[in-house]
Amino acid sequence: MEQHPDADRLRVCQVNVGTDETLQIVCGASNVRIGLKIPAALCGAVLPGDFKIKKSKLRGVESFGMLCSEKELGLAADAHGLMELAADAPVGVDIRDYLSLNDVILEVDLTPNRADCLCAEGLAREIAVLNKMNWSATTVLNTPVTHQDSLAVSVADTMACPRYLGRLITGINASAITPLWMQERLRRSGIRSLGPLIDVTNYVLIELGQPLHVFDADKLTGSICVRWAKVEESLSLLTNQVLTLNTESLVIADDAKVLALAGIMGGSETAVSDQTQSVFLECAFFAPLAIAGKARNFGLHTDSSHRFERGVDATLQTRAIERATQLIVEIAGGSVGPISEVTTEATLPARLPILLRKQRILKTLGISLADDQVIEIFQRLGMAIQTQADEWLITPPGFRFDIAIEADLIEEIARIYGYNNLPSSSLLMRSELCTATEAVLDIDRVKDLMVDRGYQEAITYSFVDEDIQQAIAPEMEVIRLKNPISSELAVMRTTLWCGLLKAALYNTNRQQNRVRLFETGLRFIKTDDTTHQQKMLSGLALGDVYSEQWGEKSRKVDFFDIKADVQAIFALTGCVAQFVPCPQPALHLGQSAKILSHDGETIGWLGMLHPVLEKKLGFDCPVFLFEMDQNLVLNKRIPIFKSLSKYPSVRRDLALIVKEDIAANDIINCVINSAEATLQDAKVFDIYRGKGVEDGSKSVALCLIFQNTTQTLTDSEIDAIISKLLTLLTEKLNAKLRD
Amino acid sequence: MSAILEEILAQALKELATVSDLNQLDKVRVHYLGKKGLFTLQLKELGNLDPEQRRSVGQIINIAKEQLQQQLEACKERMEASALAARLASESIDVTLPGRGQSVAGLHPVTTTLRRISKIFASVGFTVVEGPEIEDDYHNFEALNIPAHHPARAMHDTFYFDAHTVLRTHTSPVQIRTMESEQPPLKVIAPGRVYRCDSDITHTPMFHQVEGFLVDTDVSFADLKGVIYEFLRAFFEKDIQVRFRPSYFPFTEPSAEVDIECVMCSGKGCRVCSQTGWLEVMGCGMIHPAVFKSVNIDSEKYSGFAFGMGVERLAMLRYGINDLRLFFENDLKFLEQFN
Repeated sequence: MEQHPDADRLRVCQVNVGTDETLQIVCGASNVRIGLKIPAALCGAVLPGDFKIKKSKLRGVESFGMLCSEKELGLAADAHGLMELAADAPVGVDIRDYLSLNDVILEVDLTPNRADCLCAEGLAREIAVLNKMNWSATTVLNTPVTHQDSLAVSVADTMACPRYLGRLITGINASAITPLWMQERLRRSGIRSLGPLIDVTNYVLIELGQPLHVFDADKLTGSICVRWAKVEESLSLLTNQVLTLNTESLVIADDAKVLALAGIMGGSETAVSDQTQSVFLECAFFAPLAIAGKARNFGLHTDSSHRFERGVDATLQTRAIERATQLIVEIAGGSVGPISEVTTEATLPARLPILLRKQRILKTLGISLADDQVIEIFQRLGMAIQTQADEWLITPPGFRFDIAIEADLIEEIARIYGYNNLPSSSLLMRSELCTATEAVLDIDRVKDLMVDRGYQEAITYSFVDEDIQQAIAPEMEVIRLKNPISSELAVMRTTLWCGLLKAALYNTNRQQNRVRLFETGLRFIKTDDTTHQQKMLSGLALGDVYSEQWGEKSRKVDFFDIKADVQAIFALTGCVAQFVPCPQPALHLGQSAKILSHDGETIGWLGMLHPVLEKKLGFDCPVFLFEMDQNLVLNKRIPIFKSLSKYPSVRRDLALIVKEDIAANDIINCVINSAEATLQDAKVFDIYRGKGVEDGSKSVALCLIFQNTTQTLTDSEIDAIISKLLTLLTEKLNAKLRD
Repeated sequence: MSAILEEILAQALKELATVSDLNQLDKVRVHYLGKKGLFTLQLKELGNLDPEQRRSVGQIINIAKEQLQQQLEACKERMEASALAARLASESIDVTLPGRGQSVAGLHPVTTTLRRISKIFASVGFTVVEGPEIEDDYHNFEALNIPAHHPARAMHDTFYFDAHTVLRTHTSPVQIRTMESEQPPLKVIAPGRVYRCDSDITHTPMFHQVEGFLVDTDVSFADLKGVIYEFLRAFFEKDIQVRFRPSYFPFTEPSAEVDIECVMCSGKGCRVCSQTGWLEVMGCGMIHPAVFKSVNIDSEKYSGFAFGMGVERLAMLRYGINDLRLFFENDLKFLEQFN
């Protein structure tokens, strides 16, 4: 190995690649040194990322290949320097063969009920069942016991821990190297090698599905106890996180301290290291309910908790501890002590026979299977089956802790028989005629109306930015999410306007100068500590009233344009709505109306966005909004026929001078409330201010239609009616007939 | 015919030929056929002739007069026709210019998809039921056989208000609420918004689901398969391949995941189906006895199936939309594509 003549960081290496002559390769890694065994990519090799190795010159020196790091070989996401192989690694052998890389990695997306497949053995078993293949379990040899030392084990809550096994293994060489095959299998399972003791427990977890733990026996005091933590007890984890425990935490403790969070993670104080000489190997069965949710409460999620929460084969512990013992002794040596076991049979998951009825299979799956077919399926699944008349008693094996009721067994039949082999039938069932409710208008009709009137339907999030909502609806109590995804989506909307305004802004920021949107959906309000989820219908319009068109002067949308859209909805229901001036925090004081039902119930609001909000939110033109309660707006009047009059109708127009503060509605209501039977319709058709009308007053042109059902109205009759109405208008509204 | 008469007629026809409007035409008529017209004068002079001659001359005058009258009539018709043609020509417009007035907008593609789904199920008597979106733990989880700390809860990244109140993570609670208040037979679909605390390129914290369920005395997995097959074929308007895969949901058993042949590549394998040729579109299964128990329906007597599907997912497949997030940005350029 020589220093590169022209580059400080490059070395020119003569590499033995198993051929007669050495190969010159230029290398820049800092850990390159004489005698090191490393992977070398020769000319013609293709590395991950389609990186082809060619003969090249690096600063004038020829290089016939590349010395590789784990990253370059695609074995790790990151690497510092070259991948250093074991001293006994054979020179010249294909690295793929040496590391057994000609392998397939299967990614399995498991449903939570099948934790029995969270290990290689479980998957092998399942694949064999589904494919009618044979499989064999890992052979576990019981390692001979060579000393009699043991730790006393006690279990305080046998419901939480039905089985606890532990043994001492002494005289271990913890600095032994985990064999390459095990390291590689762990790596391919996504587990980092952390020394032989941890590696073995992880290996058995991946192989058999049993989580185990090793304590450094020299750091233990007295006996082992499985118990609930005491208030304020603490535990420093392997990750150095310090937990303050509570009485809901199941722990492993010795006479002096808490050692581990049972089934979740061990503590740092009793963790093994390469100095460890003796270990206490733990292999337990914790009840899923004792572990479930506990890890998450501490923000933890471990391979161990994942399995215990979902379930572990309660019959597996002896086999697993023997398997781990065997592997530890094989790798790190040591003397094996007897197993201390505390098992409470009564609290172990009961494996009771489950009744399976033939007729139930037919009823659920729509198929009747031959008896021997059923029997064969359960035999393949490793279940004990006992035949009775028209039914079976089936006992699942320990690893199928998900099987508890008849429906579970029927699902197994369906699964093994094949969902796609099961019959499919056309729907036949009793039907009743549905009612055609006429008193409620279908919201779909209203949506179609909005669409026809040029409003695009929007769907916005039900949770909104609290600041924006506070600005729009300051008086409303908000319902706050405990775990929002962001502050912009943190509180439940009390009005659909929040979302519509945001959507409108999104569009105006993208060169849209005409936006018409509507949305239907729930708003969420709280009154007197009760949450109300109210179905609303809301709309927004800004910009030109019509999209730009030829031959027509463009005009901005105004209050009366959207009022017409709102009134069109009432035209569908046939219900009378009133629009009364009323301030609303989000709306322009002089251009906002409360929409009332015939009974005076508040249906909703209509108006111009308050100019302060318009500016604050970033609009550069007026925005008009409406919002109504769907339940009130959709009330539909069922028509009642009135016979048509044969006599002609008469129209009379009145020009009335009234003060500015008299609303058009006041005049109409005054006329309508006169209870004049012949009055058919009253409409305002013009408002005039200016010459001939003094300041502070306006002239309102009123059109009145009269018709009698029994005879033609004479002029004198009509004159009498008009005079009566005028008197009323003068009395109530101080109206004068314009000269 | 006398020479004078011939001359008058010739003169009249000559004048008629130069006439260019109805006014002139009328002058010609008056000049020859009016009260003091040349033909009228000729007729008046008949009185001076003896009766023998009077008849034959009179006849000749009338023939000439009639001739002129016909020409006048024809000329009038011609002129009226050309006047009408001129008017029509002057009033013609560019009919390719667009019409005026309010433009029609459109429904959100999620609504359109929901409507199609509802229509298909309504055709066999399913009714649409809605439920609250702020839901209690019992209806969202417990009653659906997902007790506290059940690992399946980890699959539902849940938004919480407090320990017992959540934003519903699926529309399945409507199943519980319906079965609590109504007795079988039941055929219901429950569309609506659902929420998961998850946001990335393929997840939005809010999306839409349609839950459907059917409960009666003899409902089997075969009925479920039939309904799902028929629904998917109706929805995609195509005789697509459908397959059922075993899966797990706490509230159904047996449970299945339903795949359809990829609608983008017809099952040949593409980016959308990750080269598998199949697309996962919904989950379903037979209602779990524990669910029936929670709503006091006798599972020995009744059985039923339930299914649930993601509306955005179906809309994306139907319309070829490639980004879920577009659904809630409400960009008019996106929305207007579905008008």
